[in-house]
Formats: sequence, C-alpha cells, structure tokens
Amino acid sequence: MIVAEQKSLDEIKSLVGSARNVLVVGCGTCVTVCFAGGSREAAIVAASLRMASKLDGGPKNVTDVTVQRQCEWEYLDAVADQIGAVDIVLSLGCGIGVQAIAEHFPNTWVVPGLNTKFLGLPTEQGVWAERCAACGDCILGLTGGICPIARCSKSLLNGPCGGSEGGHCEVSEEIPCAWQLIYDRLSSMGKVEVLMELQAPKNWRTSRDGGPRKIVREDLRLVAEED
Amino acid sequence: MALNTNGNDYLVGSNLERVLRAGHFAVTGELGPPQSADDGVIRKKAALLRGYCEAVNITDNQTAIVRMSSIGAGAIVVQEGLEPVIQMTCRDRNRLAIQSDLLGAYALGMRNLLCLSGDHQTFGNHPDAKNVFDMDSLQLVRMVSAMRDEGIFQCGDAFKGQEPRFFVGAAAAPFADPLEFRPYRLAKKVKAGANFIQTQLIYDLEAFAAFMEKVRQLGVHEQTFILAGIGPLKSPSMAKYMKDNVPGILIPEALIERMNRAGAPWAGKSKDELTKEDKKARSAAWQAEGIQITIELIQQLRQIEGVAGVHLMAIEWEEAVKPIVEGAGLYPRPVVPLPETQTA
Repeated sequence: MIVAEQKSLDEIKSLVGSARNVLVVGCGTCVTVCFAGGSREAAIVAASLRMASKLDGGPKNVTDVTVQRQCEWEYLDAVADQIGAVDIVLSLGCGIGVQAIAEHFPNTWVVPGLNTKFLGLPTEQGVWAERCAACGDCILGLTGGICPIARCSKSLLNGPCGGSEGGHCEVSEEIPCAWQLIYDRLSSMGKVEVLMELQAPKNWRTSRDGGPRKIVREDLRLVAEED
Repeated sequence: MALNTNGNDYLVGSNLERVLRAGHFAVTGELGPPQSADDGVIRKKAALLRGYCEAVNITDNQTAIVRMSSIGAGAIVVQEGLEPVIQMTCRDRNRLAIQSDLLGAYALGMRNLLCLSGDHQTFGNHPDAKNVFDMDSLQLVRMVSAMRDEGIFQCGDAFKGQEPRFFVGAAAAPFADPLEFRPYRLAKKVKAGANFIQTQLIYDLEAFAAFMEKVRQLGVHEQTFILAGIGPLKSPSMAKYMKDNVPGILIPEALIERMNRAGAPWAGKSKDELTKEDKKARSAAWQAEGIQITIELIQQLRQIEGVAGVHLMAIEWEEAVKPIVEGAGLYPRPVVPLPETQTA
C-alpha cells in the first residue's frame, strides 16, 4: 500500500491560510488503512481546523467528505459540487490524490494534508515499513524476495557493504541490513551461490531516472471506431 | 596477463604494482585531504609519507564530510613526488561523472584506484544531501577493469584514443556481517577484477588469520594482492570508541589493556590534578605504545600466508608512519624500476 503520515496542524493551518470555506477530502483506500487520511481522520482534521480557526479569531467553515479512491475521476465526480463550493480543498489523499483533484478541477486550489512516505506494509500494529521503490524492473527473483533497492540504504546490487553489523545497517540500528536478510534467506533455502554472480549496473531508465513514467495498454484502451 | 600499451607485462606499471609484483611486502599509506582549498596541508602530509610507502590513498569525502577532492589532492601528491591511490566512492557520482573524473585522473598522472561504495551521507556534514549509488563498488571495479583491459566505457563504446589504465583496488571488511560470507565477497571482488585489496583495520590477529585461511582455501590470495589494514591507536579511549562504534572493527581487550597500562603512571590522578605537562607526557606514552603495538601487528601479519603488505592508516597522525615503518624493518622501501624505454 501507499503509506502516508499527516502533516502537523500548524503546517496544515499555514497551507489553508486565510481561506474561509474549506473542504477536507479523505480517501478510502491506502491512507485509510494506514490511519492517515480516511473518513475518521478527515473528520478529526476538519474539527481541529474549525476549533483552531475559532481560537485564532477567524472562524472557518470546514466540512469533510471521503471518497472511495481519490486517484480515480469517477469517485471525484461524485463530490464535484462540494469541491466547487469551497475556497480551498485540503486533500488527505496521497500525493496522487492531491494531483488528481488539481488535474480534475482546474479552478480549485488544493493543498496536501499528508506527507506521502513510501510503498510498504504494516509489520505490526502501528508500524509500517518500506518494501518497494517502484524501480520498474523487479529483481526480487534474484534476491530471495527481499528488495535491496528499497531496503538497502545504498541500494547495492552486490551487497552487503562493510557497514553491516549484528543484522542492522550502519545508518541506524532501527534499519535491518537488507543484504543480511537476503543472505539469511538464500542460505536457508540452499541458494547462497546466487550471491556469487556479479549483478551488472542497473538500468535506471525504468525507474524515475527515465523521466515520468506511463503505461499504455492498447488492449484495454477504448478507441473510437473508425467510420 | 594482459599486455598494457607499453608492451611490458605490467597492467599499469605503477610503483605499487611493481613492488607487489616483485614480491616485496608492500606498504601503502593514507592521506586525508583538508576541509579547505589549502594545498599546503597536502604538501606537508606528503612530505611525512614520501619514502615510507609505495603509494598513499587519497580519501574521497571520507565519512561523507566534504573535503578537497581525491583527484585534486592526488594531483598535488603527484607533484610532490608521491604516488596516489585515488579513492572513488559510488555515493556522490553516477557512472558518467565517475568515468569522466577517471579520465582526468589518468591524464593527471594517477595510476592506482580504490573502488568503494562510500560511507552513507547521513554520517557526514551534509546529511540532507541526495545520494547517488547509481553503481556499487563491485560494478565500479568491473567497469574500470574493462576500461583498461577492453578499452571501453561502461556503455560499451570504445575509447577514442588513450584508455585510462588503473591498478584497481577494492576494500574488504573481514569482520563485518554476515561473517561467513566475507571471504566469498572478497572472492567476488577479485572475480570482478580487483588487482589489490585493502582491508578494514585489523587488531584481532586470531580472527584475521581465520579469515585468511578461508581466503586461501578459495585460492583468492593467488589472484590478488591483499594488504592488511592497520592503524596506530592514539589512546585507550580511541580504542574503546572504535571497538564499540565502528562496524567491522574487532579490538581484543588485551590491546586496550596495554594502552591503559601505558598511561598507568597518571592513572591515579583525577582530571583536575593532571597538569598540562602530565597530559602531554601521558599522551606521548600512549602514542609510543600505539606505535609499538602497530609494529608488532605488522610483524605478525607478515607471517600470515597470503598477506602481501599493509595499508597503514595514520589519519591526522602522519608523523607516526616513519617510526612504524622503520620499527617494523620496512625501511628503506624497495625500488623496482620499470623496464628501460618504458614508462608508466
């Protein structure tokens, strides 16, 4: 899932600025599951903004609504009237949701209420960890299902480096060494010889380094029939 | 052995390569560039190291703190009549920048290269920086070997003219984790093309001997020159700090105890009771012991089959190199001339 975290109320207040009529838009997908921007969080942020604006002497009219998926036009269309009626939209979607609103409603000023952090999973109640860097050319088949691009601090393809100690990364004791994990898993499965193959420099064009990415599936496109 | 463009059988013909190939026990030093544009610092350090080692490593923004560039400082070291080993990390440059910088380094007379992944930038003085890590150290070793032996850029295009020819080195951390993989990782670096290896600091000879035994079983010591990393301890607290905080460094209690004993005459006094002279004398006693320990370690390392030399890291204590090299019976350094009519 996409994992996000709420911005501080101070930053949200400053982003909303002097706008009087505010719509907080939550999202029912990833950010709901990671407790950052679902309907519950949207209601709390709206209430907090209302109270804060009252205390600051300029009460705002703050309402909230949550759509199933902020990253699809059809769900945004359902709240188009509410969006059109306010001075500003505070999106509690991920960065994709914020941009979907900006793209779909050219006359609406939208600001982010979340910081989109990473693609990951909950490892325990209240803890989320990064798992995928969306590099566009998956190498998990070479590394026992553990991604060094996302999980090694140096994204090494021929690790581990000399900073691996006691199972953790030199950067922090909180970061497990991805290459120790890879080594342990390949060892336990009798496949450690895979690590002796030199992995060539990665083609980063499939990652962000090739510019913004796009997928076109001709088999799925709705092409107008030619006369 | 591939012939180089000079027609002799050296890969490069650098002083370091010549001394190692002649079978001498080699000594490399280390010179950390300043956090300034001051060339005088480099010249002063070079004067302390000249004649006491085959070549000196010039660190590349070591510990991710911005310093004069390795290649810039290396050019000054060449002027000072000392041979540099350029350190190149993958942290700050992508494959374009690495290759173009190495073309410049070769043109400026540099002939040895140590390929590193690089300390993470969060350790340094610009922790907010974006890192690069386009390649890793093994890929870098492979790339520079192919530049020399196949005359190609990383993309496969051939050089238009002189190819850069470096004697290619890599690092080894014998005591980092996973411990049992370390000899194999060394073998992998050699397979990628490492002509020489410099290890992390060695203080625990028993552990290092066990590592080397495994390395010999893999036959790797016959395919590369392994220089054991060594560095004089300056004080007991430095020893304790490294033992507790630097990954992959093992320091036996007995060595820390030796350092403590060297400071024993002052041990009974509290901080306030110690005069300036006391502190100076204690520091000198610690340093003398640190140098003596280093000399003994070198003599013991020489006995380990497959150790081709030592890499002496006396960072910000270059004065220690002379007494260590002399004390270990490694002075004067051997002179191995290139065959006549051939130049490196």
